Amino acid sequence: MSDTPLLKVKSVSKFYGQRIGCKEVSFDLWPGEVLAIVGESGSGKTTLLNCISTRLLPTTGSVEYTMRDGSIRDLYHMGEAERRFLMRTDWGFVHQNPADGLRMTVSAGANVGERLMAVGNRHYGNIRATATDWLGRVEIDADRIDDAPRAFSGGMRQRLQIARNLVTGPRLVFMDEPTGGLDVSVQARLLDLVRGLVNDLGLSAIIVTHDLAVARLLSHRMMVMKDGHVIEQGLTDRVLDDPREPYTQLLVSSILQV
Amino acid sequence: MSPEVPSDSGLATYNFAYLDEQTKRMIRRAILKAIAIPGYQVPFASREMPMPYGWGTGGVQVTASIIGPQDVLKVIDQGADDTTNAVSIRAFFQKVANVAVTTHTKDATIIQTRHRIPEQPLAEGQVLVYQVPIPEPLRFLEPRETETRKMHALEEYGLMHVKLYEDIAHNGRISKTYAYPVKVAGRYVMDPSPTPKFDNPKMHMSDALQLFGAGREKRIYAIPPHTEVVSLDFEDHPFEIQSFDKPCALCGAENVYLDEVILDDQGGRMFVCSDTDHCEDRRDHGHAGAMLGRQEAAE
Repeated sequence: MSDTPLLKVKSVSKFYGQRIGCKEVSFDLWPGEVLAIVGESGSGKTTLLNCISTRLLPTTGSVEYTMRDGSIRDLYHMGEAERRFLMRTDWGFVHQNPADGLRMTVSAGANVGERLMAVGNRHYGNIRATATDWLGRVEIDADRIDDAPRAFSGGMRQRLQIARNLVTGPRLVFMDEPTGGLDVSVQARLLDLVRGLVNDLGLSAIIVTHDLAVARLLSHRMMVMKDGHVIEQGLTDRVLDDPREPYTQLLVSSILQV
Repeated sequence: MSPEVPSDSGLATYNFAYLDEQTKRMIRRAILKAIAIPGYQVPFASREMPMPYGWGTGGVQVTASIIGPQDVLKVIDQGADDTTNAVSIRAFFQKVANVAVTTHTKDATIIQTRHRIPEQPLAEGQVLVYQVPIPEPLRFLEPRETETRKMHALEEYGLMHVKLYEDIAHNGRISKTYAYPVKVAGRYVMDPSPTPKFDNPKMHMSDALQLFGAGREKRIYAIPPHTEVVSLDFEDHPFEIQSFDKPCALCGAENVYLDEVILDDQGGRMFVCSDTDHCEDRRDHGHAGAMLGRQEAAE
């Protein structure tokens, strides 16, 4: 791990009129680190994620990002062109619903290749070879490359979305409930796959989830949110094995044991 | 009213060239802006015209705004001077502007076209006006207008290549044959209206001014003379135009765009020049295709 954090979030707040989205959230994310944001529905997890990933402008606060060249930039003071370029090269965003992150009407190969073409790749053979390679890495058969995602199952769509995001070798990936809506066995395979990819590529990731098992499997560190506030944060194992806040204790004890 | 038009010219029921002068000024401003930013779609307040959308209301408004009493107008539809659309628009301008009309490409100062660029190279001083149905090249890839405008502004054209990628993935080659996207002056990606891709190379470094009017979609865009127009492609799947096995059956012309004409229900067919003026001109100069005699015998 290097000396400078990849992402420095400083007292980010988002208000929807009188209502609090998230309030005074600060944390650092280090290269190669996976952070989970957990909490019940409506606790401000997704608002926070959208603020950090510049999909939403926060009311106050700043987010500094260490670019590939080592310079530190405030995301909210970047030009839109530069920010969008960053989002499709150095970042990935995995939506809960794959239809939001995929182009449902074009083939799987084109979905994976889109980012490559967006950064100026103009060689069909190379784009297709890279797409085939990435489909293999997310365990989609190469002969499905010309099928549209609407012919895919939910789990395959989610894996395709991950491939589409990782093809440009991003350093930071945001995931919003990546396993939501998938059945348990498919979830397990997807988590296994994501964990492998994150380890192999040395990715940093911020994962929003309400599922503590996902946090346990994937994340190094976690933050617990309630009513827009971060009430507890620390190493994942520490928080889950020795929760300090009453609300966290409640969350941990509500996990169903089979 | 234009000062050159005498008040007793019998045009009292309409302003010269149908549109009122304020509207023409508005459209001319849009045209000037379009020329200043080649390939950029300039919004304009498109007017109701006495013809349905899809018949060239955009092209007619552009022509009406730039035409003067000294102009010579040619109107073509699918390359032909004698089809419904061409005949009606020509008659329209004869009536409302009393201008001279021609079918000869080289004599015209303004050529309004649907689909084709004449085979005869255009010269300096000529203006080619295109009738455009859908000006937005990204329309069927990205349905949100707010998003496509942003993509143009930020020069995010990766999506255009996604479309070409899909073509190759499914058909083994780029199967787009008309409205083939081009990049103008190294900046804006533009839809060259429904012209066949055969005509794309003619837009590149043309001596003539090219204006595009989309009436329903309320957009005007332009390619100034001597502007670089590049058809998009992949390095390993380069852009290529259609080629034909046989020359024109009437005038024997090669390397021109041909139309297929069904002759009977026995499978008989012939391929003839889509540009009727070019074909007639060649025949007048003594060129003859394989089926020229047969057609005359049948008449």
